[in-house]
Amino acid sequence: MEKYTIVNKRNISDTICEFEIYQPLIASKAKAGQFIILRGEELGERIPVTLVDWDAKKGTIKAIIQAIGKSTLMFNNLKQGDRFLTVAGPLGTALEIKKYGTVAVVGGGVGIAEILPIAKAFKEAGNRIVSILGARTKDLLILEEEMKAVSDVTVVATDDGSYGQKGLVTDALKTLHDAGEKIDAGFIIGPIPMMKFTAKLMKELGIKPFASLNPIMLDGTGMCGCCRVIVDGETKFACVDGPMFEASNIDFDNLMKRTSEYKPEEKQSLELYERDHKCKIGLH
Amino acid sequence: MPNPSLPRQTGTRQSPQERVKNFNEVAQGLDKEHALEEASRCLNCKNPRCQAACPVNVQIPSFIQLLLKDDVKGAVSKIMETSLLPAVCGRVCPQEKYCEGACVLREKFGSVAVGLLERYTADAARKQGLVTPPTPAKATGFKVACVGSGPSSLACAAELKRRGHDVTVYEALHDFGGVLRYGIPSFRLPREIISEEVKTVKAMGVKFEQDVLIGAVISIEELLKDFDAVYIGSGAGLPTMAGVPGENAVGVYSANEFLTRINLVKAYEFPKADTPVKLGKRVIVLGGGNSAMDAARCARRLNPESVTVVYRRSRAEMPAREEEVENAMEEGVKFEFLTIQKEILTNEQGHVIGLKCLKAELGEPDAKGRRRPVPVEGSDFVIEADSIIVAIGQKPNPIIPKNTPGLKMTDRGTLELEADGQSSIKGVFGGGDITRGGATVLLAMKDGLEAAAKISQYLSDKEPKGGK
Repeated sequence: MEKYTIVNKRNISDTICEFEIYQPLIASKAKAGQFIILRGEELGERIPVTLVDWDAKKGTIKAIIQAIGKSTLMFNNLKQGDRFLTVAGPLGTALEIKKYGTVAVVGGGVGIAEILPIAKAFKEAGNRIVSILGARTKDLLILEEEMKAVSDVTVVATDDGSYGQKGLVTDALKTLHDAGEKIDAGFIIGPIPMMKFTAKLMKELGIKPFASLNPIMLDGTGMCGCCRVIVDGETKFACVDGPMFEASNIDFDNLMKRTSEYKPEEKQSLELYERDHKCKIGLH
Repeated sequence: MPNPSLPRQTGTRQSPQERVKNFNEVAQGLDKEHALEEASRCLNCKNPRCQAACPVNVQIPSFIQLLLKDDVKGAVSKIMETSLLPAVCGRVCPQEKYCEGACVLREKFGSVAVGLLERYTADAARKQGLVTPPTPAKATGFKVACVGSGPSSLACAAELKRRGHDVTVYEALHDFGGVLRYGIPSFRLPREIISEEVKTVKAMGVKFEQDVLIGAVISIEELLKDFDAVYIGSGAGLPTMAGVPGENAVGVYSANEFLTRINLVKAYEFPKADTPVKLGKRVIVLGGGNSAMDAARCARRLNPESVTVVYRRSRAEMPAREEEVENAMEEGVKFEFLTIQKEILTNEQGHVIGLKCLKAELGEPDAKGRRRPVPVEGSDFVIEADSIIVAIGQKPNPIIPKNTPGLKMTDRGTLELEADGQSSIKGVFGGGDITRGGATVLLAMKDGLEAAAKISQYLSDKEPKGGK
């Protein structure tokens, strides 16, 4: 089979797809916490995507993509048998997997997909796993069963209370803590504000926080410096120094501002794409 | 008979007004008539100083004589005996420092325009389908990996292949050419030219692997299990940031990021290309080297109100090629010399609004002989800006050094080599910007060619790992 071929695709929700891609090099090298760069066409963007699973024997890797802009929407319109033009990686620093005792894994939205391999790795290393899954509403909650399978405790929080506890992941964490759950380290993946406030709360509760940062990236190999983030007052490149960082002292506000820089262009690109790809015979 | 007193050809160029509206090549080169006229100026010296000055020993008078006989095929083959990237060299080599600087006609009539002739030869040969990749020597059975696909690695790979070795080039990005691809803009070096030169090297039988970051994905140690030798040509891909407060503000780019957006993923064609690039109305480019000129000229083509280069020394000390400074000036780029950045100023949204600077005076020369800028106390002033591109230098790519135990580096972060071309690890060689820390395309190519000879020498008393 030609490398970069999509061997399997599954819809997790309306906007989230899981891809299984043939890329033996990455499949044989991947470690939890690393990512890949995908590119779909000649003038396409290089999009960083977290590795969620890999199988060295089959030579395949899995990535979960949420369609939020033109590139991710185009990816999700690819079918089984189609090929990506670039599947580069594994990139970034692998997470140090060790025994902390009790590890909290906190995933928000599509971040749940990205926290899953981390939960698995810490479970295998003998940790007790406390999962906190956040979603805006019940329909947007993904991979609950898979998370439950690797967790000792699983708590779901939805913003609107349509499922699990009503409230944010921070509320759920606080409740667990108040109920006497002793957590040693926490790994957080999700929207920036969620990571910011969860890291802050963990620090207050004496839990060592780690967060996986998602700045804009370009080459993903440490060459352009586009993905720089401020950790403990120092400039770091998320693509090689991270993407997971110890999160007691991350400048999340700077990250938020820098990731917003291209929002208007992303919107423009998506609108043009949707306009050009409207069904011509009026079925949509 | 040679006719040195004919006027030196300069080739045609897009006018500044025209060229700031596009990313097409500025210099258009020579047509046949003018190329032959220029070739007729060459004295065909017995001891050609031009050739001695060439970092890659192009047989300059010989190829010019062949060109004069209208033997384009012979001329291009002559160049390619020592340099496999003639269309690139004809464009980006600072010939005034090398061949043209050494030409005997320089003082009296003006040097022979060797660069333009090399370019004409390469382009004409390509258009007429006359480029014949050199035939490799009999296969030696040795396998060599070249890390990176920039000028040093490409030159090394081609030369190794010519010597009969089995060569694989590994590139981290999705397209080949290294700094030629992501760093040098298309108005100086069209993308097709890079692709064509890579094609020539491929046609010789060199294998190319894209999307593989050696050092991170495959270690040097692992490469040495499969390959008899490794050449590290991973370049100077680590950007130096501004080093002042505000360096991470929204609207601050490294030159690498800005140029990669433009050159590698064609952001200037957004939304046709998917990757955008955004500049505010007033753009500052920090730095005085070729990257700064490239960034300033790219910025100019995105049509902001102003582009200002801020450089801490004076024009005379600028490391950029004189020609590039002139090009930038013609295109309306402004210059603030003797100006040192102090702080990047931001608004509440964290976006750049200006650059706080200090005026400087030139003091004592530094180790390189360039006069040091000395800040003038109390001379603080602010240049208003919406975007800042930081082009104050690149450092050697740290990925391989960081992940290769036992690989000796200098204090400057460059790869340390022994006299035989080897690094501290047996069978591992290197060259180009990873050893120089940021030099020119030509010096990188020279390193690659020399390393190929040294690698062959190293292999000469060994048995191939994979058997003969």
